[in-house]
Amino acid sequence: MEKPLTEGMRPDGQPLSLKEYERLGGYQAWRKALTAMAPGEVTDEVKKADLRGRGGAGFPAGEKWSYVPSPEDVAGPRYVVANADEMEPGTFKDRLLMERNPHQLIEGMALCAYAIQANVAYIFLRWEYGKPARALERALAEACEANYLGRNVLGTGFRLEMRLHVSAGRYVCGEAMAVLNVLEGRRAIPRTKPPHPTISGLRGKPTVVNNVETLSNVPHIIRKGAEWFRGLSLVPSDSGTKLYGVSGRVRRPGLWELPMGTPLREILEGCAGGMQDGCRLRGLLPGGASTEFLTDQHLSVRMDFDSLLTAGSRLGTGAVIVLDDTKCPVGMVHNLEAFFARESCGWCTPCRDGLPWTAQLLQAIEEGQGRPGDVERLDLHTRLIGPGFTFCYLAPGAMEPLRSALKWFREDFERHIRDRRCPWR
Amino acid sequence: MLTEGERREILEDAERSGHRRAAGLGALKIVQRHRGWVSDETLRETAKLLQMTPDELDSVATFFSLIFRKPVGRHVILVCDSVSCWIMGYDEVREHLKARIGIGLGETTADGRFTMLPIACLGACDRAPAMMVDEELYGNLTPEKIDEILAAYSEDAG
Repeated sequence: MEKPLTEGMRPDGQPLSLKEYERLGGYQAWRKALTAMAPGEVTDEVKKADLRGRGGAGFPAGEKWSYVPSPEDVAGPRYVVANADEMEPGTFKDRLLMERNPHQLIEGMALCAYAIQANVAYIFLRWEYGKPARALERALAEACEANYLGRNVLGTGFRLEMRLHVSAGRYVCGEAMAVLNVLEGRRAIPRTKPPHPTISGLRGKPTVVNNVETLSNVPHIIRKGAEWFRGLSLVPSDSGTKLYGVSGRVRRPGLWELPMGTPLREILEGCAGGMQDGCRLRGLLPGGASTEFLTDQHLSVRMDFDSLLTAGSRLGTGAVIVLDDTKCPVGMVHNLEAFFARESCGWCTPCRDGLPWTAQLLQAIEEGQGRPGDVERLDLHTRLIGPGFTFCYLAPGAMEPLRSALKWFREDFERHIRDRRCPWR
Repeated sequence: MLTEGERREILEDAERSGHRRAAGLGALKIVQRHRGWVSDETLRETAKLLQMTPDELDSVATFFSLIFRKPVGRHVILVCDSVSCWIMGYDEVREHLKARIGIGLGETTADGRFTMLPIACLGACDRAPAMMVDEELYGNLTPEKIDEILAAYSEDAG
């Protein structure tokens, strides 16, 4: 089984040096693109590979790149931004990629920059990721030294400058449009779309914002081809491998690179070792905090974008968060909504006012203060705070676990209200 | 008053950013690295240096949870309260910390040693529950492990 993203990583947890990365075939794609491919051919290859965005939304990366107008049509600067603001609760995959193989991300960004003819690229990293920051700083210095980055990359005349931008907290900064505002020195509020960043992004210029895992796949696609990449997946509708994480009361919480479309049961039982002794699976979020709950009746679902949509949830970040029967489902949903309420930037009313209201209502139910009709009131809010009423996806995303919890754990909510107490307390 | 060194650092950073406004967050981080937090006075001075109004810069400063507009202790404890840590024992971690250092979230110990703050998912969910002290990440927390960690920060010179 091929694991292009993680094979070759050092067992001691240290980042691969430039030399080590080169021995694994690193920067061959970069040389190939610069010397033997036109920018449009790089985009076409990524398009053919059907690489879908690993940050959560699953938007096809090549298609995104192809929306950037050519320099002939629109002159002036354009930018690449690697979104490394990993903060989706339950998600810890980009941390690994940056800590252990920083050059892979840099090469992916370089290829994207060449494809859209950008000369400046940013890594937008959360402050808390100190170890990834040190790995990236060293890798950037090595890449400049080796002339993979700089004023005249590998003597081809292509100029590429790459900068590490370290943020200062808050979940919403990872929203693609908010990232751009932070890079411009503004508050991290989202912007309306359209125009999409590919037309008007950083400082009003065409910009591609891609997740770390998405970009880390690009060198392998260019080196080995789109056909090879598509063949890595277990399902024809998707491609590549995926980093799947599991957290919660399982025997072996962790992170695994597996073929896209690996069944959930295989990840949960085969990799994570199943539930710890003394607890039973109640439900799980398959792709981070902003995805819908699934239950034990869904374990045969394949973990890819389309299969999870069909099952009523989303692949999101591929971070499986497991709820066991020792913890209260109402308490878990309260934790999630309190998080989203705190992290709201306050720009859109349904998010700013609706999320705290929802969190308070959940807290009341959890503390035995719920009243008849509260469950219906929560139902109503999942619709009022749903898609279409806000600039970004924070609030609609926040409603996904709530809506599905009301479906799968309705009896638990009702029981809290009926008995005026949480049975787990 | 900003020191000469701070001013130089801020202006160099602004130069690299290419746009003075874009340097706002970077400047605040420089100030905080030197002083631990950003006072009204330094905020006004920094804004002037970047040719922004104090309100403009403060709108940025107050947005980010890790820019401190109030004094903090010598060590800042960031306790992850996101869902995986909640499942694995965040409540117990928070209560143990509270009992040991005698403060709640958002507070600073009387001796100025610790400030305890909540933080969004630290991306250490496979080692939950987790927290950071200053720039160091700690996972698989238990009451005993927390005591050991606190002891290490209590014995230092700080």
